[in-house]
Amino acid sequence: MGNSAIEVAGLRVVRGGTRVVESLDLTVPAGQVVGLLGPSGSGKTTLMRAIVGAQIVDGGTVTVLGLPAGSAPLRRRIGYVTQSPSVYGDLTVTENLRYAAAILGVDADGIRRALTEVDLVEHADQSIGTLSGGERSRVSLAIALLGRPDLLVLDEPTVGLDPVLRRDLWNLFHRLARSGVSLLVSSHVMDEAARCDRLILLRGGAVLSDSTLDELLARTGAPDAEGAFLALVDEAVARDAAKGAVA
Amino acid sequence: MNAAHSVATDLRTTTRQERGRGMTAALTAATARRVLTQLRHDKRTIALVILLPCVLIGLIAWMFDGTPVLDQFGPLLVGLFPMMVMFLVTSVATLRERISGTLERLMTLPIGRGDVVVGYALAFAVLATVQALVIVGFAVWVCGMDVAGPIGLVVLVAVLDAVLGCALGLGASALARTEFQAVQLMPLVLFPQLITCGILMPRDEMPTVLEWLSRVLPLTYALDAMQQLAAGGAWADVRGDVGVIAAFIVGALLVGSATLRRRTP
Repeated sequence: MGNSAIEVAGLRVVRGGTRVVESLDLTVPAGQVVGLLGPSGSGKTTLMRAIVGAQIVDGGTVTVLGLPAGSAPLRRRIGYVTQSPSVYGDLTVTENLRYAAAILGVDADGIRRALTEVDLVEHADQSIGTLSGGERSRVSLAIALLGRPDLLVLDEPTVGLDPVLRRDLWNLFHRLARSGVSLLVSSHVMDEAARCDRLILLRGGAVLSDSTLDELLARTGAPDAEGAFLALVDEAVARDAAKGAVA
Repeated sequence: MNAAHSVATDLRTTTRQERGRGMTAALTAATARRVLTQLRHDKRTIALVILLPCVLIGLIAWMFDGTPVLDQFGPLLVGLFPMMVMFLVTSVATLRERISGTLERLMTLPIGRGDVVVGYALAFAVLATVQALVIVGFAVWVCGMDVAGPIGLVVLVAVLDAVLGCALGLGASALARTEFQAVQLMPLVLFPQLITCGILMPRDEMPTVLEWLSRVLPLTYALDAMQQLAAGGAWADVRGDVGVIAAFIVGALLVGSATLRRRTP
């Protein structure tokens, strides 16, 4: 399995008759925070769903922690946070965690540890319905952390959070990475790029770039991730146009 | 030693979960507990589920006061109303789980599909049992329903009918993508059965095809049992019906877990 947490080769996904992902290749190294960036509709969620084994794929292979994506032993080794918080709105924070903890065989200490990590201890007995959007998404994150997974797949976990909380969560992500956890974190906010060890830029269901931020900036000569992304998009559009002209 | 113990437990649960459709008592119970906790937070739904059938029975008792109508048809309604209510509640509850994203994550966790479906059914069976006890008690003690057969069997069949409603609701919810569709499933699944089950016309007078159809639909047996009990039947008269209802409950739950998918488009 080498040093990669995720290996995607030739992934193809068709949803509702349109090709959402077309022959996508990707390697996510272990023990790093890898950012998955791209505009909405670029295939970030579809790719993540394919990695956790929730997406019906039409071709290619996805290997996660050395095993085919979706295989049963992976279910206790991956923590997955969906884009909209997957929590039961009519339960309290602790009741939500208790159900996932029962599935993963985690005890009350584990629940408390996960709540501490996302800074929700004082909301433990509150009903989800009374929480803010940002608090809800942190409950969802706490559930993903419960089983101390080897890989965290987080679909826009910092949406709706204030800058302080965002910084705290990114610190948590790096702490986890230092302890050997691999993280794939999607975002459509380009300024979060600076916080990732590596960056994958997606556009139209294909990988536009896969490198560190420094390499990306050096290659494009842009001052920041957003500028680099725009430069790469322009380049790709020009290439497509040239191909179209030849044909 | 503690670590060794937890590793052993881990391995055990892992192997049992490998197959995916497998079930463990602990995880089924955890799901049932979670669904019951959700219900407990929703007091208004509990009140509606339990009081609504009583209101309907009460109306009929009042309307036909002084006639034997309640004694004849009461048991039928005691079986029917809870089944309809439970069908609706269960199909909407499971649909909500399917579209809210909670099911998507649940299916990436080490829990069997059977654990989810049977856990749901168990939780709603608890509610169904309370509902059946309350409605039979209300019909007998408040409305004065006088059943010729043993009242204990009326309760048993009422509980089974309500659980059948849950199981059918669970199975049917796979067909719905939206709440609008889910609400229509109840008339879609239950009304044709109601028409052919023998209340509107004795089954042996029906066109042959409809008579055959009625034989493969569960409501026929669910309501036949109640009619038998109203007419003074005993265990020997209803045990066949009870067996068929139980088989349909199991079958609907199997369909429910088979249609639960780990991967979706």
